[in-house]
Parts: sequence; structure tokens; C-alpha cells
Amino acid sequence: MKKQEIRLSGSGGQGVILAAIILANAGVEQGLNAIQTQSYGPEARGGASKAEVILSNDEINYPKITKANILLSLTQKAYDKYNSSLEEKGILIIDESVKLSGDETFKVYSLPILRTAQEKFETQMVANIISLGAIYELMGEETIDKDIMIRSITERVPPHTVQKNTDAFEEGIRLARG
Amino acid sequence: MNKKGYKLVQGNEACVEGALAAGMRFFAGYPITPSTEIAEISAEKLPTLGGRFIQMEDELGSMAAIIGGSLAGKKAMTATSGPGFSLMQENIGYAAITEVPCVVVNVQRGGPSTGLPTSPAQGDVMQAKWGTHGDHPAIALTPNSVQETYEYIVKAFNLAEKYRTPVVFLMDETVGHMREKMAFKDVSEIELIDRKKPTCKPEEYVAYRPDEDMIPPMASFGEGYRYHVSGLTHDETGFPTNNNEISEKLVKRLVDKVDKNIDEFAYFEEYKLEDAEIVIIAYGGVSRSAKSAVDQLRKQNIKAGLFRPITIWPFLEKQVNKVSLNAKEIYVAEMNLGQYFLEVERVACKNSNVHKITKVNGELITPEEIVQAIGGNK
Repeated sequence: MKKQEIRLSGSGGQGVILAAIILANAGVEQGLNAIQTQSYGPEARGGASKAEVILSNDEINYPKITKANILLSLTQKAYDKYNSSLEEKGILIIDESVKLSGDETFKVYSLPILRTAQEKFETQMVANIISLGAIYELMGEETIDKDIMIRSITERVPPHTVQKNTDAFEEGIRLARG
Repeated sequence: MNKKGYKLVQGNEACVEGALAAGMRFFAGYPITPSTEIAEISAEKLPTLGGRFIQMEDELGSMAAIIGGSLAGKKAMTATSGPGFSLMQENIGYAAITEVPCVVVNVQRGGPSTGLPTSPAQGDVMQAKWGTHGDHPAIALTPNSVQETYEYIVKAFNLAEKYRTPVVFLMDETVGHMREKMAFKDVSEIELIDRKKPTCKPEEYVAYRPDEDMIPPMASFGEGYRYHVSGLTHDETGFPTNNNEISEKLVKRLVDKVDKNIDEFAYFEEYKLEDAEIVIIAYGGVSRSAKSAVDQLRKQNIKAGLFRPITIWPFLEKQVNKVSLNAKEIYVAEMNLGQYFLEVERVACKNSNVHKITKVNGELITPEEIVQAIGGNK
């Protein structure tokens, strides 16, 4: 497989770090080398939050992303801050509320992530897992088996939210398929 | 767990898992980013293993508590970051002079003061050796991966127990917060060292009389051996003395029992050093960037290699000297303004040109920055 470098960004509290952990965990369960890192500010909510996942067949030394293949941005602030880190023909997944300048070279997927979380699941808390579904779909299913992803979600979200989160994951896949 | 036995584990989590495997049964601490997970997971796991966790009022109390826990016979640890590490210094000296085994984990973040709480740094390298006052022994280990954190925290406990001294486990935010694959070991496969106990009768016990190996046997409080523990310079009974000869002998023994045994625990990694003309010296999180940099430089036909100390204190003088004999240029890359550099320069300057690559902005040094500093193409 091709080395995957995925950056997830949003506002603190949106759960992008958890989504990254679930993805990296699934990567290891699949037998890949995976590494997950994050950066965030001192505040518990708000502020910019960024998480990264690298998946590779080879040993991973430098643990951070230099150029991302996939960038998720749930907020305008996160997009403005991180869009330059996405490779030229990289996959950009943004919430529909994020505005683009129009001259981007990326493959853009503007999806109603936050709206779907609110309208369909009645909580913003699943926005990260909807995003994860979209990332999974666009990464290509050959990287990680779907049942391994589902298991990874099940292991890492609060037990009483498993159904809601696996539904949200499926919803994310659907949104990305368009 | 996958088919090969690997799990995704965080560095701080690996630290606790390794400590528990090493036999840690007492933890006292005060939570601080980026070390908090160590306290959290210890609090969760210790009670299920018959151990004790206590959150103290601050880091002065935390350090004091682990000294007490260790005197009572438990393998004891605390974990903190820069600001807390500063507060622990006085009692680290107390543990050194009273020869109480304990492990102090410092997951380094940006400083000075409260600095950059959530960002990596390596600014506490010198503090890990010279933070407490007076001449004293210093052992510090610094891991660069989750797996190594798990394995070397065990060695930290072993060294503390064997040499009866505080051991600093010097992590950084990069390694502490990173998650990657790790294989757990069967506890029966892990080599464990326990402190040496007295074999004499309690009434014959002289608490601070060293054996041939310079280390006195240590009785636990509550086992019937009565003795005095004091931060004052003391004689073999443990009671204070102003005697000049005894004072000189004590301080020298404390330092010698560690420094003269460095060959027993000189842990390091060499990467593509055989024919290297340019050697990068890096440790902890930065060494991962350095390894990538070596690979990039090799692709540009630059003969680069990496020397990575895991034992950061005592300084690996013999090994660094050997590296300098073959290297034309040495670059010390670290997330501070050149602390380990000073030691490398002291030893290597007669044989090589020693340069520093530094960064203190709260971000890990990148492989490209190292490559560029050395003169390769980005």
C-alpha cells in the first residue's frame, strides 16, 4: 500500500483526536505500522485542534506529517491554518460551512458533516465519526478492512454510544460516496 | 491486539504498563500536562494489583511520598513535567543522600516556568543531572518510542533498586503523547532487580555500611530493622555527622557507585555509523527525525550516521569519544538551545567539529531542518 498521511483538524472538543486514535488503532489491528500524534492548546474546549495519523508498511521514524494526502477540516479556522500542508492533488474533506477561495488544486469533498450530526443524530458529538467514515471511504477500502474499523470504533467510544457511532460511520461513508 | 501481538499504545500508557511490570506498587503525584495520563492510568490500575495511588497536594509532597513508600519496601514512582520537576529537586537530593530507590518520570514540555504546556521540548536535560544541589549521583534514561518507553522504564526501576538512587526517566511530549504499535511482554520474560536486603540480625544492622559494591543493604521499615534516615550528612549508622573525612567519603561513594558502574547500563543505538563522516547525535523524540535525516542524506550520497544515547546521564563519554574518532563533523540536534551539546563538545572537540541544531518553538525538529543544517538538499 501507499503510505497514507492523514491530518484531521477542527476545534477543540470536536473529537478529531479520538477519530485519529480509532483510525490508527485500526491500522495496527490490520497489521500496518501506524502512528498517531496531536497538537492542541491548553484550553479544554475551543482553540485549534489537530491530530495526525500515518499508516505505512514500512517503519515510521519521524512521527509527524510533512505533506498530508488527506486533510479533514471541520472549521474555517482549521482549514485556513492547515490547507497549505495538503499535497497538491490531495484529498480535502471539509464541512460545508468552510469557504474555499476557488483556486484550490485539491480534490475537494465539501460535506454536510456538522449539519448531518445535528439533524440525523441530534448531537454534534458524532461529527468526528461521520468524518472518519468519509476519510475511510476516500482513503480506499483496501487499506483497512471495514470490520476492523467497526471493531476499533466499538472499542474506543463510550459503550452506550456504540450504535450511534457505528451508524454515524456508515453515514460518513455514504456522504463521501455522494 | 493484532496477529503479531501488537497493540496501539500511547507513550505515557506504556510508561505505566512497564512500571507495573517492573513491580511498581506505589505512585504519588500531582497531575500536569503532558504527563497526566501516567497518573490517571496508575490510579486506575494500582488498586487492582494491591498497590497504592495517592494524589498529593503538590510535587514537593509527591516526591516526599514516594521516598516514604520506597522506605516501606515498595517500588515507587512519580511523574511530572518541567514545573513539577523543579519543585521535586530538593527531595530528589534527599533520596540521593538517603539512598532511597525511586523513579521520577519527567515528560518534558516547553519552558521555562509554565511555558508551553502541550508542546514538546528537551530543556530539562541539564536539570536532570544538576537540578538538585550538591554533588550527587545522577542516572537518567531517555526513550524514543512507545516500545522503548515500556522496556526502559523497567530498566529505570532496576537501576534505582540496584544502585539505591533516584532515577530520572526523561521523556518528552512527543514520545509521551504519541501512539504507535507496541508488543507487551510476558512478565516472566522481563529481567527484574530488587533492592539488596540485609542478611544479618536486626540488632546487627548498620544501615549505611556499604558492601564491596559500595551499596549498603536496605531494610524496609516495618521489618524489624530500626534505623535513622536523614538528609544531613551521616555516618554508617545514618546519624548526622560533621566529620570531614566521613563527609568526603560519603559524597564520593554516592557518586562513584553510579559513575564507576556506567558500563553496566550504557544504553545507546548506533545507526549507519560504520563509515559515517557526519554524525548526528540526538535522543528522545528528535532522534526519530534524525534517523529520517540520515536516510535522506544517504540518498544524497552524504555519509551520515546517528548516535543515539538512551542513557543520557551519566554522560556516555567513552562512546561519544569513539564516535568522534571517526567523524569529521558532529551535529547535536535537540529541542533546547544546546544542553547535551555542551557535554558532547567537551569530549569530542579534540577530534571533530561539533555543531548544534536547536529549536525551542514548541515543535519537533523536522528531518528537513537537520538535513538543511548539515548542508544537504531539502
